[in-house]
Amino acid sequence: MEDVGEKFLQVVIALAIFAAIIGLIMLLVDRAPKSFRDKATIIGFLAPAGILLTVGMVWPAVQTTFLAFTDRDGNVNGLDNFIWMFTEPTALVTLRNTVLWVILVPTISTIVGLVYAVFIDKAHGERVLKALVFMPMAISMVGAGIIWNFMYAYRGTEQDQIGLVNQILVWFGGEPRQFLLDAPWNTFFLIVVMVWIQVGFAMVVLSAAIKGIPADIVEASRLDGATAWQQFWSVTIPSIRGALIVVVTTITIITLKVFDIVRTMTAGNYDTSVVANEMYTQAFRANEPGRGAALALVLFLMVLPVVLYNARQLKKQKEIR
Amino acid sequence: MTSTPAVPAMGTDTTPDTTREAPITRRVKNKLTSRGATIAAIIIAVLWTIPTFGLFISSFRSEEVINDTGWWTSFTQFNFTLQNYVDVIGDEGSSSSNLGQYFVNSLAIVIPATLIPLVVAAMAAYIFAWGRFRGKDTLFVFIFALQIVPLQMALIPLLSLFVNLQIGEFQLIPPGSYAQLWIAHTIFALPLAIFLLHNFIAEIPGEVIEAARVDGAGHTTIFWRIIVPLSVPALASYGIFQFLWVWNDLLVALVFSGGTADVAPITQRLAELTGTRGGEWHRLTAGAFVSMIVPLLVFFGLQRYFVRGLLAGGLKG
Repeated sequence: MEDVGEKFLQVVIALAIFAAIIGLIMLLVDRAPKSFRDKATIIGFLAPAGILLTVGMVWPAVQTTFLAFTDRDGNVNGLDNFIWMFTEPTALVTLRNTVLWVILVPTISTIVGLVYAVFIDKAHGERVLKALVFMPMAISMVGAGIIWNFMYAYRGTEQDQIGLVNQILVWFGGEPRQFLLDAPWNTFFLIVVMVWIQVGFAMVVLSAAIKGIPADIVEASRLDGATAWQQFWSVTIPSIRGALIVVVTTITIITLKVFDIVRTMTAGNYDTSVVANEMYTQAFRANEPGRGAALALVLFLMVLPVVLYNARQLKKQKEIR
Repeated sequence: MTSTPAVPAMGTDTTPDTTREAPITRRVKNKLTSRGATIAAIIIAVLWTIPTFGLFISSFRSEEVINDTGWWTSFTQFNFTLQNYVDVIGDEGSSSSNLGQYFVNSLAIVIPATLIPLVVAAMAAYIFAWGRFRGKDTLFVFIFALQIVPLQMALIPLLSLFVNLQIGEFQLIPPGSYAQLWIAHTIFALPLAIFLLHNFIAEIPGEVIEAARVDGAGHTTIFWRIIVPLSVPALASYGIFQFLWVWNDLLVALVFSGGTADVAPITQRLAELTGTRGGEWHRLTAGAFVSMIVPLLVFFGLQRYFVRGLLAGGLKG
């Protein structure tokens, strides 16, 4: 590993160059003539972010939009890529799977996260319990993919199982299954992995929201003789509505862009692909940048309403406050 | 791992400590404490931990044992080894997974890819919070809205931009270099970073900045001497997110790294191993844990900031 030093030298040089650029900006801003100094500051401070975003996001987004209407040789082909997406059976499976992901992951994650947040609110050892469920958030989706590939590992009936899920099936008298190969069920087993990761996020945010409910409201409902169930529906849920929306939206957006899990666990084979994965496959593996761009555009259109809805909710909340 | 004082409690930083609550609240809370809820919570927590735990145990089992018996049997026949870790980290032999080298790459990628966007975003956030110019709000909303643009839309054009950015024959940002990854990660981090840091910096009391200005401090002095030190909590929590996000990234790495042991991060190598050697559990289990060490350390060590950042109302998608 004699190249470790060399690698870190690259890091140091890069940081030095970056520091020099920033230092130069600061110097120029400070030395600008007084009449121009405020303007110079604004330009100087915004320039790095502005240039990077224009070159790296705004312009690429525009280009991708155009690219979506071209074929693999760069000729304009109108709506062909979109027609492919909505007629080709494999592409349709991809769309169907994305819809399944985006309905199931946010719903299940939020419900389990909420239930868990309510449970631990009354439990001893809250910290440990929280940390354990939150931990998958820190693990990469590649790591999570390996963890669950192992959980789903398959051995023939005559062998001992090494995957826990199949072992449990066998203990209950079932036959071991190839969880990741049999469509359409394999998509659901991939979704389980995403839920496993996202429940922690939902739980932490919702738990904080539950703790933020004023004690006197809870107390009042107790005095009115509300059962735990009534209290949950009439006090807890309405009080944390804002947090619920944030959680569902965030998980929805993350789910729409999910790539790593599918890539690591099945690479999109056996009818498990989703839009974000198919986009990568088409653009960088199948040499079909037009199709890839079209998929990216569709992804953008799917995320758009979710974010707009969220922005409106945020604005409403601000008005109430 | 959670009861030591070094690990701060999650959530407690945003809510009043139980001991400081009014006695009446505590009584209500105690009455509500139900055994059923505790048991249910423990069952869920155990269910959630078993997958990781199983992989962890397996990473210490030898190749034959791992392939023949379930990891849960290892509690009756004690038989553990460190050989898997030696194998995956070391770089002997052509079939080696070389994870040690990729681990170094991950570090080399993640440090600049966390620091650079933090500085760039903080500068922009400061101007959006305290600068005065026409069209400021519109521009800010526009940058916020860029969060809608999925990474996927930027990949193809950005890659060709990197290729075409040359002076004569000399490529400014050569393919298969860390630079492509640093720049890409920085760009993709900016919209959310600017938004979150702006929210924090805008809350800094105006008097502090006014006082400095009266004393003759310029914008750069105010930025480095006042804004940055006061924003440490926000910078830290966003920094942790960016760190974890870059460390755990696969998509950006696949597109921009070139996939060699010189540049590619550990996640990319692991994904590759899963594809080509899906059956080699002794390597994959140990490898997965090598890749998880850093994020888990960051997670358990800095939970307080991590959660605070999460609750600040945003998370990267």
